[in-house]
Amino acid sequence: MTPICQDRTVRARKATLAAKKTRMLEIKQLKVFHGMIEAVHGIDVSVSEGQCVSLLGPNGAGKTSTLSAITGTARSTGSMRLLGEDITQISIEDRCRKGIAISPEGRRIFGNLSVRDNMLMGGAMRKDRAALLSEMDEWFGRFPILGERAEQMAGTLSGGEQQMLAIARALLSRPRILLLDEPSLGLAPQIVAKIFEIIRELKAREITILLVEQNAAAAIGVSDKVYILNNGVITRQGTASDFGDGSDLMDELTGVHS
Amino acid sequence: MDYLIQQSLNALSFGAEYALIALGLAIVFSIMGLVNFAHGEVIAFGGYSMVIMGTLLTNNPLVLMVGVVVACVFASVALERVAFRTVRGADLTTGLLTAFGVSIILQNLFLLFGSPRPIAATQFIFLDQTIALGSIRISSLQVYETLTTILAILALMFFLRRTTLGMAMRAAALDFEMVRLCGVRANRVIAGAFAISGLLAGLACIFIMARRGSVQPHMGFDPVLVAFVACVIGGFGSLPGAVLGGFLLGITEVAVLILLPQSAGGLAHAVVFALVALVLIWRPDGILSPAREKGDKI
Repeated sequence: MTPICQDRTVRARKATLAAKKTRMLEIKQLKVFHGMIEAVHGIDVSVSEGQCVSLLGPNGAGKTSTLSAITGTARSTGSMRLLGEDITQISIEDRCRKGIAISPEGRRIFGNLSVRDNMLMGGAMRKDRAALLSEMDEWFGRFPILGERAEQMAGTLSGGEQQMLAIARALLSRPRILLLDEPSLGLAPQIVAKIFEIIRELKAREITILLVEQNAAAAIGVSDKVYILNNGVITRQGTASDFGDGSDLMDELTGVHS
Repeated sequence: MDYLIQQSLNALSFGAEYALIALGLAIVFSIMGLVNFAHGEVIAFGGYSMVIMGTLLTNNPLVLMVGVVVACVFASVALERVAFRTVRGADLTTGLLTAFGVSIILQNLFLLFGSPRPIAATQFIFLDQTIALGSIRISSLQVYETLTTILAILALMFFLRRTTLGMAMRAAALDFEMVRLCGVRANRVIAGAFAISGLLAGLACIFIMARRGSVQPHMGFDPVLVAFVACVIGGFGSLPGAVLGGFLLGITEVAVLILLPQSAGGLAHAVVFALVALVLIWRPDGILSPAREKGDKI
């Protein structure tokens, strides 16, 4: 397996993991609002260091709202702690600087910038430019298509390529936790498989991931822990093995209420 | 032939001045969606600073030029901090009204503390000399103005393409929230846009002062109105559009003045704006409307 990018903290992290699993992200009684509407009604989610946790649910369940609350782009109440530190009062920028990175819904790559410049934006707040550039080269090696098109406008990339670019951009900020919002949405099956292969690689490198998905089977396959969100509340939660292959989740994930 | 060269240069220098000011409007609009009508008062502030510095400090034109540019950058950044930051995120009309309000307040401050009549400040007049090249006589100011504008545009392109802040500014024109999600501070991006806008206003101020030799409270308002039209023709929010619109407007203005008979001289503006209206019928979003998905190339 090719390493996606070197992470100088990997070894240090493994040492801490061996000692004790620390709580990376701890969310309690989170309510998220869009204007006057309450989209999420007080949920508890926790992600331990090095874990991949998925948040599954049908359209409109509040998954993206939850991620927006974590990144600071949606108004919310409740408590959110990153490695024990309260992040509810700090700005979007500072949350990123504290180590929260997102590959957002709809990818939101900068279509008017080149592929390379999109990656540079991911590492915009970093001071170690040489390391950033070598990590970018590793990404270009991992996804030759991005390397070939490094100088092209990112808006000309296909959906799958844009998704890979969005993930690369998020990781280039060297986050403590990576939020992935429906990375497989609208992509062809082979590309979806490739995206989940990347997620598996990231997990092998002990990167902490909070994954939002509608593709339940694939998400459960890469996850340690699973939350099912429906109508703004968590209806089920457990380890990935509790959910088997996800086939019994059909009702909950299509929004059918029995 | 001589006449043609002289008039072309005339058109270019008019266009350059409009382009400088239009760029200042466009760079703020592209990022914040704010039409900064107080931009003209930033220019006037530069002019008044020049009067004060000329009286109190020095008559050295180079020092004064630097002083004017610094004053305009300061004024522009200060306006953002005091007036526009508080209405950030409010809708477009609120920003527009704030800009008009700031503009009116500043004009009245200039009236109160300056004078409604022009105050002489002639240190830059020396830029405007007639140079004879063989049989052709050209104005040196027009050459300086055109060259400076071209250099400023090249420098701006370099900044926007090669620096992290410049890249963030281009990215913010498309998706500001995503730029913040990358850890780039919103305040820095916006202050950067206002600083560049002020810098361009400062350059424009030097040339306006060289031509007028005096300051007046309303001196910046008319050029900004024309630059606004240039932005609309070019496509509001597009930086190449602002430059193109500025030059087109300058060229059209001079061409109309030449082609119209002397007796119809008063119709020049009417003809120019009729042409502008035709352009907008052909391209309602402006010639280079920021087709952002295609990628704004500057």
